Amino acid sequence: MAAVKSLLTGNPAIAAEEPGTEAGLALRAFHYMTLMREVEDRIERKLYRQGKILGGVYVGRGQEAICIGAGLAVEPEDVLFPSHRDLGLYFIRGIHPRQVFAQYMGRVGGITRGKDGNMHMGDLSLHIVAIISAMAASVPVAAGAAMALRYKGSRNVALCFFGDGATSRGDWHEGLNLAAVQKAPVVYICNNNQYAYSTPLSKQMRCENVADRAPGYGIPGHIVDGNDVLAVNATVKRAIEHARAGLGPSLIECKSFRMTGHSAHDAASYVPEHLWAEWAQKDPILRLRSRILAEGWAEEQDLDRITGQIRSEVEEAVEWAENSPYPDPSEVLNNVYEQSIEGK
Amino acid sequence: MATTYLEAIREGIWEEMERDPNVFVIGEDIGIYGGAFKITAGMLDHFGEKRIVDTPISESAIVGAAIGAGMMGLRPVAEMQFADFITCGFDQIVNFAAKCRYRWGASVPIVVRAPSGGGIHGGPFHSQNPEAWFVHTPGLKVITPSTAYDAKGLVKSAIRDNDPVIFFEHKALYRRVKEELPQEDYTVPIGKARVFREGSDLSIITYGAMVYVAEEAATELEKEGISLEIVDLRTLLPIDEGTVLESVKKTSRVILLHEDTLTGGIGGEIAARIGEKAFEYLDAPVMRIAAPDTPVPYSPPLEEAFLPNPQKVLEKARQLLGY
Repeated sequence: MAAVKSLLTGNPAIAAEEPGTEAGLALRAFHYMTLMREVEDRIERKLYRQGKILGGVYVGRGQEAICIGAGLAVEPEDVLFPSHRDLGLYFIRGIHPRQVFAQYMGRVGGITRGKDGNMHMGDLSLHIVAIISAMAASVPVAAGAAMALRYKGSRNVALCFFGDGATSRGDWHEGLNLAAVQKAPVVYICNNNQYAYSTPLSKQMRCENVADRAPGYGIPGHIVDGNDVLAVNATVKRAIEHARAGLGPSLIECKSFRMTGHSAHDAASYVPEHLWAEWAQKDPILRLRSRILAEGWAEEQDLDRITGQIRSEVEEAVEWAENSPYPDPSEVLNNVYEQSIEGK
Repeated sequence: MATTYLEAIREGIWEEMERDPNVFVIGEDIGIYGGAFKITAGMLDHFGEKRIVDTPISESAIVGAAIGAGMMGLRPVAEMQFADFITCGFDQIVNFAAKCRYRWGASVPIVVRAPSGGGIHGGPFHSQNPEAWFVHTPGLKVITPSTAYDAKGLVKSAIRDNDPVIFFEHKALYRRVKEELPQEDYTVPIGKARVFREGSDLSIITYGAMVYVAEEAATELEKEGISLEIVDLRTLLPIDEGTVLESVKKTSRVILLHEDTLTGGIGGEIAARIGEKAFEYLDAPVMRIAAPDTPVPYSPPLEEAFLPNPQKVLEKARQLLGY
């Protein structure tokens, strides 16, 4: 954990800029987005294809600005409910890439010690709640967590992430409605990447924008360019202030595009060719890089150095994970209950 | 003064709320209305809106919000208006609440209360006994009290427990069953059955309202000099195998009785365990009495035909005793 932090603070270009400034934010975002991209590329394009990952692989390529823009807007004790394309949130909270690779490979070094795979990771000491596979199930859970934070007199809020497909589920509607009625301090963030597995948005809903649904619950809805990390960050910050002020939940729709299949086994041949080319132009990391250089927040070589350091960190982390043992079969019975009920 | 089963549950929750400021109640019509069965009557006035949370008609959100609040350190007691509607919150219970600790070590200390059972002419959607679905879900605890004493003691244990608990309260017992309760704080342990009535000739393993059906049969058979033992399971998950096997070893004849429908009911599971662990003690086949495999019908003659009753128990008991 310390290694990633020192990677960040030890980089002179990043360290030179205060986190509160636009330059500091942009460089931190660049660091985390690059880290997320490099880790996920390694998972999807190498480890999965080498047969080292046997289960599902869900990555957020092209959508990194959403979780990282939002993740850099929160305080450390705000409670996060990531979805399956929000790996960057874990890095911001101090999870090491080693733990992520080990998680994907089913090793004891993974966050769940092999009990669950891929993006199903949580750690309450880091205020991160693990997703389940049923989409939108976290939406009412986040509402309840936010109600509890207020109950306890905390100023913290909950941030709940999901995709456009999840907004079709009943839990999404029940959760948003309850949060709205309760004025719960929660921010709902939709990664609208335009496909739910193979189903395009036009077959998912009739309204033009996910955010159009917000008035139906009597809450503010915002639409933001999901490939612009600074815009996402600014919008999420506003919604968090709204929640902290006791004004209730907001719904933020981040427009982006899923630059992969649904998961690693899906070639996504159902996506029209021109969309790939069009959205490749809008890549959030390339855009941020150009912005940083144009603003003079860092030099080309500073950014290359960040990327280079991350790549060697990834190499080391993969090796660490591959050396992490598989769990002992006896662990299968552990932790079903707080106290074992064996023999009952 | 005797306390009813219904009042016992209310007192249990009330006392836990007084004891622990993190306990709160969430559900439909539980505030000013006091709940469909008045379990939460008076609570809004006493504890206020912060701790008595009325919700929209959204069972999944009620359970989901309880899970989120539980993970943040609160102790939610979620009310399903009828156990029949628990299906609307099924995913949150079996996929979210039940699996968090195993997957990533998070405690989900929630209680989901579910008024269940027939005999009140409620028809197919206000009479069901859906406990077996949850007994088949590792990670949950499932409670089915039959007495006022146990209802109070078990609801307190459920609230203090760090695992998700489904608490089935039998509607037909709410006002029918009453007894003097201790003045002082007490709990009843989860996972412990109790011998409701001692006997030597035949064991009836049962729970919930069927305890009283078994009792009627026992009183009748006593006149014929036959001694029935009744084991009240109280908790269905984790099952108290020890108490069941002890009774079987003592009487060598056993009937499993439940109001839930036959196929896939808890009776089959217990029969299997008796077969595995006490086969050599048996003098007769293990028998089951349960509701038939149909929805719960509405019209009185149909519902009477559906529900197990003392007559059905007597027939089966005589058959077994003559084996």
